[in-house]
Amino acid sequence: MELFLMTLISGIMVGGIYALVALGWVLIYKCSGVLNLAMGELTLIGAYVSLTFYSMGIPFILSIVLTLLIGIVLGILVERIFLDKLIGEPILAVIMVTVGISFFFKGLVEFIWGTDIRIFDPPIFSLKPVSIGFLHISTVYFWSFVLAIVLFLVFVAFFKYTRWGLSMQATADDETAALSLGVSARFVYAASWAIAFMSAGVGGALLGNINGVTISVGYLGLLVLPAVVLGGLNSIPGAVVGGITIGILQNFAGTYLDQYFPGGVKEIFPFAFMAVFMLFVPYGLWGWIKIERM
Amino acid sequence: MQETDRILRVNNIEVKYHEVILVLKGVSIEIPRGGIVGLLGANGAGKSTTLKSISGLLKVEVGEVTDGAIEFEGVQIHKKNAVDIAKMGIIQVIEGRKVFEHLTVEENLRVGAHLRKTGSVKDGLGLVYHYFPRLKEKRREVAGFVSGGEQQMAVVGRALMTEPKLVLLDEPSMGLAPMLIHEIFNILTKLNSEERISILLVEQNVKLALNVAPYAYILENGRVVMDDTSERLKENEDIKDFYLGLSEKGKSKSFADVKHYKRRKRWLT
Repeated sequence: MELFLMTLISGIMVGGIYALVALGWVLIYKCSGVLNLAMGELTLIGAYVSLTFYSMGIPFILSIVLTLLIGIVLGILVERIFLDKLIGEPILAVIMVTVGISFFFKGLVEFIWGTDIRIFDPPIFSLKPVSIGFLHISTVYFWSFVLAIVLFLVFVAFFKYTRWGLSMQATADDETAALSLGVSARFVYAASWAIAFMSAGVGGALLGNINGVTISVGYLGLLVLPAVVLGGLNSIPGAVVGGITIGILQNFAGTYLDQYFPGGVKEIFPFAFMAVFMLFVPYGLWGWIKIERM
Repeated sequence: MQETDRILRVNNIEVKYHEVILVLKGVSIEIPRGGIVGLLGANGAGKSTTLKSISGLLKVEVGEVTDGAIEFEGVQIHKKNAVDIAKMGIIQVIEGRKVFEHLTVEENLRVGAHLRKTGSVKDGLGLVYHYFPRLKEKRREVAGFVSGGEQQMAVVGRALMTEPKLVLLDEPSMGLAPMLIHEIFNILTKLNSEERISILLVEQNVKLALNVAPYAYILENGRVVMDDTSERLKENEDIKDFYLGLSEKGKSKSFADVKHYKRRKRWLT
């Protein structure tokens, strides 16, 4: 029973980090209809940038804030340099460009930081776990989860109550109608990339604290895909619930199935689950169902 | 009409799509400040294109004003982009009730207010709900699921939220029940007289438009073929014949008459 609860809780906590990256994914899709396949690399850059600031002796919280700022700048640059010219082109073309961007970023990271594993030194989170009753949760996971929830609430409030959040959703719904009201699509796309970069960056920084920072942090981007699809590609709550679900599934697969299917069932199980799930709920949990009027 | 009275002046514009397809071949329109002007014509005459060249949305569709000029309050705007034109106070209500389907009615309205100062959003909502009480009832509902008439109201209300000086309305009556059309046009007239919003009204429903707008232009094949006060247009034999469906009682029309009209129309341009 204790094993079950431990698996569940740590699954939820890991899911928090997935949720962060999934949020970035959903944001870009929600605003521009583009499936951003460079999400993993955004995470990677976030991890390295925050690590660099931290090793310069800047406190962790401050280096996260700086990572956010760099994320905004990079997001706007990416949109302006690569994607601006593609407004109005078929979505598939834009998606392929994001694949190109992902290779570009991966190369850039290897060029600047090399391929060795780096760690946050001195460690930020103490190795002593947080204890709630008989449950022991590692500090990194605990704070990642808290941060994911906080960011989630901030995003929800942003989209629900601020004019920019609403304008971004409006652009996703009908770009021309939004333009006719003076909402600039270019601004909206730049903003969505900036925000996605921010959330991926924080995710990357946290993940780097768990496993150290290497190129493999970037694979998280792909791992998060089931979470995004599960929640519905354009639902912010969906990203969080999807992320946490995937975290739990992965942990359970690791704990209970690994003995029967040794070697990597943990990584595959979420994808298998997603495939089956999609058969029954093709739009995901809270994805937009296209409104057709007869 | 006095020189200073005109809020918008479209001066003999020519519009091309993709640099080759000539759609407008010399359209001139003048709108008095605080007035309603009708822009009438059949399908494909170039009505929507005229509106889009004023609002700047033309550029999204790879169209361009290649000749002539558009002046808004004395400033040339045909080279400006849609966002800047919207900021100057020209708002186009595009045809087909393009609500933001996944947002609620009130969120739709608030998107319209995104250029306003924070404090005045409430005032704007109050104003819209004053003219469209039905929207207040439906304000928490998802806009994709309210009725067609309510969507049209939401779209006009959304334009109103931007505090426009000139609204370009593209076929507000399309696909609506006569009762609703009546209601919406009543509100439009009230908005014009009480809020002093100038309106350029594009309609295929000529009878309706001539009742609302005191002055109208008839567009055919990318050209203005006639413009006059609505009173006189209503009496014009050709207009009666081809747009209002009225002709001398009982007589069937022969094809020769139609050709005669076509000939004469060419002469008119």
